[in-house]
Amino acid sequence: MGERVGIEVSIAAAEAVKMANTDVIAAYPITPQTHIVEHLSELVADGELDAEFIPVESEHSAMSVCCGSSAVGARTFTCTSSQGLALMNEIVFIAPSLRLPIVMILANRSMSGPLSIWNDHTDVMSIRDCGWIQIFTENGQEVFDHVMFAFRVAENSSVSLPVIVNLDGFVLTHVIEPIEFWDKETVKQYLPDFKPVNQLHPDNPVTMGAFGLPSIFTEAKKAQDEALINSKSEILKAWKEMGDLVGRYYKPVETYQLDGSETVFLTIGSFGETVSVAVDELRAQGKSVGQVKLRLWRPFPFDEFREAVRGVKRIIVIDRAISYGGPGGPVASEIRSVLYQEENMPVITNFLCGFAGRDVTSDDYISMYEKTEQMAKGKVTQEDYIIYGVRE
Amino acid sequence: MVKSEEELSWKDLEVGCVVNEAGNASQYKTGDWRSMRPIWDTAKCIRCGVCYIFCPDMAIRKTDEGYFEADLYYCKGCGICAQECITSCITMVEEEE
Amino acid sequence: MIEVRLHGRGGQGAVTSAELLALAAINEGKYAQAFPSFGPERRGAPVIAFCRIDDKPIRIRSAIYKPDLVLVLDPGILRLVNVTSGLKEDGILIANTKYSGKELRKELGIKHPLATVNATHIAMEELGLPITNTTMLGSLLKAREIIPFDSLIDPLKKRFGRIAEKNIKVFTRAYQETELTR
Repeated sequence: MGERVGIEVSIAAAEAVKMANTDVIAAYPITPQTHIVEHLSELVADGELDAEFIPVESEHSAMSVCCGSSAVGARTFTCTSSQGLALMNEIVFIAPSLRLPIVMILANRSMSGPLSIWNDHTDVMSIRDCGWIQIFTENGQEVFDHVMFAFRVAENSSVSLPVIVNLDGFVLTHVIEPIEFWDKETVKQYLPDFKPVNQLHPDNPVTMGAFGLPSIFTEAKKAQDEALINSKSEILKAWKEMGDLVGRYYKPVETYQLDGSETVFLTIGSFGETVSVAVDELRAQGKSVGQVKLRLWRPFPFDEFREAVRGVKRIIVIDRAISYGGPGGPVASEIRSVLYQEENMPVITNFLCGFAGRDVTSDDYISMYEKTEQMAKGKVTQEDYIIYGVRE
Repeated sequence: MVKSEEELSWKDLEVGCVVNEAGNASQYKTGDWRSMRPIWDTAKCIRCGVCYIFCPDMAIRKTDEGYFEADLYYCKGCGICAQECITSCITMVEEEE
Repeated sequence: MIEVRLHGRGGQGAVTSAELLALAAINEGKYAQAFPSFGPERRGAPVIAFCRIDDKPIRIRSAIYKPDLVLVLDPGILRLVNVTSGLKEDGILIANTKYSGKELRKELGIKHPLATVNATHIAMEELGLPITNTTMLGSLLKAREIIPFDSLIDPLKKRFGRIAEKNIKVFTRAYQETELTR
């Protein structure tokens, strides 16, 4: 087993990218992703990591470089946030359609404006349908582990898709906490060399990114959808094997104090841990409360999620983004849609909170629970969504 | 050539829709786009090769005698060669003639 | 769980103090978190940093509103910011000041236990700079030994390299010179 160290999560993430023996890193610095990229550029400059670090002039170029380097068979990494993701958006959609197994850390940050550098999920939710495998992490250890996981899953020949590892900007990127590193032997055992399914090479010329006429485009999209859906079996396998190696077993849907709970919180990302504290307090008061956390966002874990919430009466969905003029937060919309045909569909209350770094404490979650209880008793009107803590 | 696009199911597609056969664009017959074709009058031709240079599809080739002719498998009949010819030795004639 | 809130000015090293504290605790086998009040860094502006230490994994990720200890690196901040906001009743305010605990209590009307030290003076004497982050850590441990005094030596050495000895000196002096006022 590796060493347990106190380290900033961003630095640990960069160290994981180093340990994964990445070949090409193309990235443009943007808050709050900066420390990850800075540290990687240092590692390359110091000769600790034998990789090409390509300091591009924009995120659009970063993702373009990543597509090129992945296409020639190089293990490729990039990292961005918010406006940077928006700028690379055009190429973000290209990578999975070409089945290029790039790994990207997305240090989640609010989309401007007003201009903001702080954390929420409006960036990642804007690319919900981009076709990448998307996972969320709760703490520094999960970030470290999932860098290895991401390369392993992405590059698996039956998957060959890019992976986004979401971590909350500042809330995770700028925190120092204990993280257990992997030893080199474990990394080697877990992460085989990258053998691309298709490779750009002069000895065997191929065309990537060819034109798709209306007569073939539908089939191309169906093939891409199937690839993302089918990646789940490899995702589960990669988690299982990681558990066997390092002792931490991850699941697409994690649960906490779920047994027989009438009401459950649903969270994604780093808010999950604080919600667990609120769940403990509510249970101590005798409330029937539990928690479900979505780790795997794409491909969506339909079976695991439906199973987890079977018999639950109310789900309190915590969203970190807004769909202006829409049905609520993006996670809640999705959950309503996933459960719509179910018998005894639970009532879904949706709290939108933590926009652009607004702090949300365990007491706040307790008051969200209390508001949900009041709605259940008909004391206040059941609303589609509530922007929590907004000053009227 | 394999199946036409209209016959392919999603399962037939290569991963990432890669085209594995290098240079298979040469199989693409553009000659049937043509309604007019170029004819050379060798009496007027000075064998300068301007038509060869200007052809956007590289569909003009040199004969053993040093004159030029169209490769009708690819020639789309655009007429640029006739337009650019210095001695006006190229005439565009209708396909049916 | 022990929660510490650190007040300073951008550039004075409040974040570094929080980090060193967390690193020392983690080296001791404990769990810890250190993080700044997130945002752009502006030299001279009042800033806050946080540190949590516990024997079990720490799940809470919001800011600290009810600290056990408040550490103030800069005397000016004492009069600029309500530093005792949310400080637990038995919590301790640890302040860099040239005044005694009694004088400070009188001037600012503070009811909490106090730990005072003239850290700026110590830092000027030993480092030649009014940077009090490592100095004040000594004062913090005097006020309440949340981690063993010696556990900070290693993180200080790693962080400061050739100027480590000087920083260990100010850290030690502050520990010795801190005055407690109940």
